[in-house]
Amino acid sequence: MALTTIGTAARQGTTAFTRQRRDFAGGLFKAVILLSLIVSLAVLAVLIVDTVADGWAQLSTRAWDFLNGSLRSRSIDDKLGVKQGLYGSLWIGIIVAVTAFPVGVGAAVYLEEYAPKSRWSAIIELVIRNLAGVPSVVYGLLGLFLFVERSTIFGFLGLGWLADATGGRSVLSAGLTLAVLVLPIVIITAQEAVRAVPTGLKEGAYGLGATKSEMVRTQILPYAAPGILTGTLLAMSRAIGEAAPLILVGAISGGLTRNPAVWDTSGLREKFTALPIIIVEWVSERGRDPGFATAAAAAIVVLLVLVLLMNMTAILLRNRFEKKRG
Amino acid sequence: MNEVGPAELSIEALSGSPRRVRRERIISRAMFCAASASVVVSALIIYALFAEAWIFMRDVDWSATWGQLGWFPRRGIYDMPTLLVASLWTTAIAMVVAAPLGMGAAIYLSEYAKPSHRALFKPILEILAGIPSVVLGFFALLWLAPNVVAHIGGEGGRGSMLAAGIGVGILTIPLVASISEDAMAAVPKSLREASAGLGARRAVTTVRVVLPAAVSGLVASLIVAVSRALGETMVVFMAGGAADAAIKTYSPYEGSLTMPAAMASLASGTDQVVGEGLTFQSLFFVGLVLFMLTLGLNLIGDRFVARVREQY
Repeated sequence: MALTTIGTAARQGTTAFTRQRRDFAGGLFKAVILLSLIVSLAVLAVLIVDTVADGWAQLSTRAWDFLNGSLRSRSIDDKLGVKQGLYGSLWIGIIVAVTAFPVGVGAAVYLEEYAPKSRWSAIIELVIRNLAGVPSVVYGLLGLFLFVERSTIFGFLGLGWLADATGGRSVLSAGLTLAVLVLPIVIITAQEAVRAVPTGLKEGAYGLGATKSEMVRTQILPYAAPGILTGTLLAMSRAIGEAAPLILVGAISGGLTRNPAVWDTSGLREKFTALPIIIVEWVSERGRDPGFATAAAAAIVVLLVLVLLMNMTAILLRNRFEKKRG
Repeated sequence: MNEVGPAELSIEALSGSPRRVRRERIISRAMFCAASASVVVSALIIYALFAEAWIFMRDVDWSATWGQLGWFPRRGIYDMPTLLVASLWTTAIAMVVAAPLGMGAAIYLSEYAKPSHRALFKPILEILAGIPSVVLGFFALLWLAPNVVAHIGGEGGRGSMLAAGIGVGILTIPLVASISEDAMAAVPKSLREASAGLGARRAVTTVRVVLPAAVSGLVASLIVAVSRALGETMVVFMAGGAADAAIKTYSPYEGSLTMPAAMASLASGTDQVVGEGLTFQSLFFVGLVLFMLTLGLNLIGDRFVARVREQY
């Protein structure tokens, strides 16, 4: 008796279950969020297409001259170009890599493998997370204070020699400032890579009699290398694109007479400029000479090629290793 | 029973060669120093900010920092409300752009996208995250101003807080998207399955189950984005519509200077920070205010992110 009742109810129910009601609200919701993703990506597309279109007049006719030219006061000058900026940006990238990379990896290995669970380690972790969120202009102030100005207060701390060593407003100061800026990024990504090393590998090394540093050198660093490299590449591309700290450290946009060859290290302690600074300068010059808008767009294309190549290499590298190790 | 094994096993033999021990100690010290470097950097930042800002706060005529016509640092007029109002406007506009777009993209990627779509879209968003801010500044001034701002009541030919705000918003979309997506990815699958088992459709599951469960992460993404927008310099510097000085204005259609843009404009152009006696120090005073604001926001954001981790 009871069973038949349930049976009937179920039979009536099936129609309710199988009937397809169109889910308007759900469809609308999906459409809205898909739209927001598409708008975000469309902005990227418009940005790239518009910039390339703006800079085409320079790039299509004199790309090589543009890469080899220098800062000029008129936009139709045959020798107008971004070489001085490339010099500054490339050296900033190199200085960042050789300083932030070892310190960052050392810090990451220390925090993951060596650090005792002490208050000091917790403080270091907290500080690193918060340093990553400090605005870049503030790092510029630090660079100005530390590497450029010979302020009396700082001489008191015994660090006045830093400004002498860097030559004040120089590529060296800028590179070191940006190395400090990207240090937290390098540490955080390297930490993630080190954390992902399987415990079995570490224990295997210990079992064979390795000391801690031997274990780090033979197991952790090789296994974590792709992750660490990804982080360093991202950090370098961030440093190359950064402009605000350079303005504060004193990158100059006009009156730069020297145009050193890329491997000429004597330019490191002299007045300098960098690609992002050139872009800012030319954008502001366009009121006086509209041709500079085209030049600025062309310089942006050069900068974007550098930065995006680095980013894409980093992302592809990471995805490939993630897939391999599943 | 015979004893097996080396009889002359001593403590010296067990502790390994002294050279190896010494090397271990040196390496571990070096790594400790590397880790402590970041603490030293923060200490230096705070010291630098306070040392110079203190001179400003001690010597400045405080009536020059409030209720003036605008921000004219080279003439000794440091009206903070001018910068604060501009910072508020650009940040608010940026959030109006970044919050819906970033979160919408995150919801799509985390709840709807097929794995193959995800693998395609995610790297593109990451590329957007890597675009330098000068590029966005150029874009805001030369594309957004004439093509967007001009259609919503502004002037297309010059920069304004509205153009700069939209530019900053575009810059923060990937940040909002990635933190929100992480938060949603941390919601256990069992919650979604339980909801689906009760007959909820995907949209209902997303809105009623996943989003409430991930709410601390979503709030964190907004807080971190606000802090990033407050500190963004180049977009406002280039597209904000004001150069060295700014007249106080409450309209987003006008040009003005935010805190970081004011710092950049003070330092740019000339070889030296020139002006009235305290101009150099005002740079550090504004920097200190900005640092405190962003630090506070980041600490709060951190708390929210930690809460997501604790829950699941």
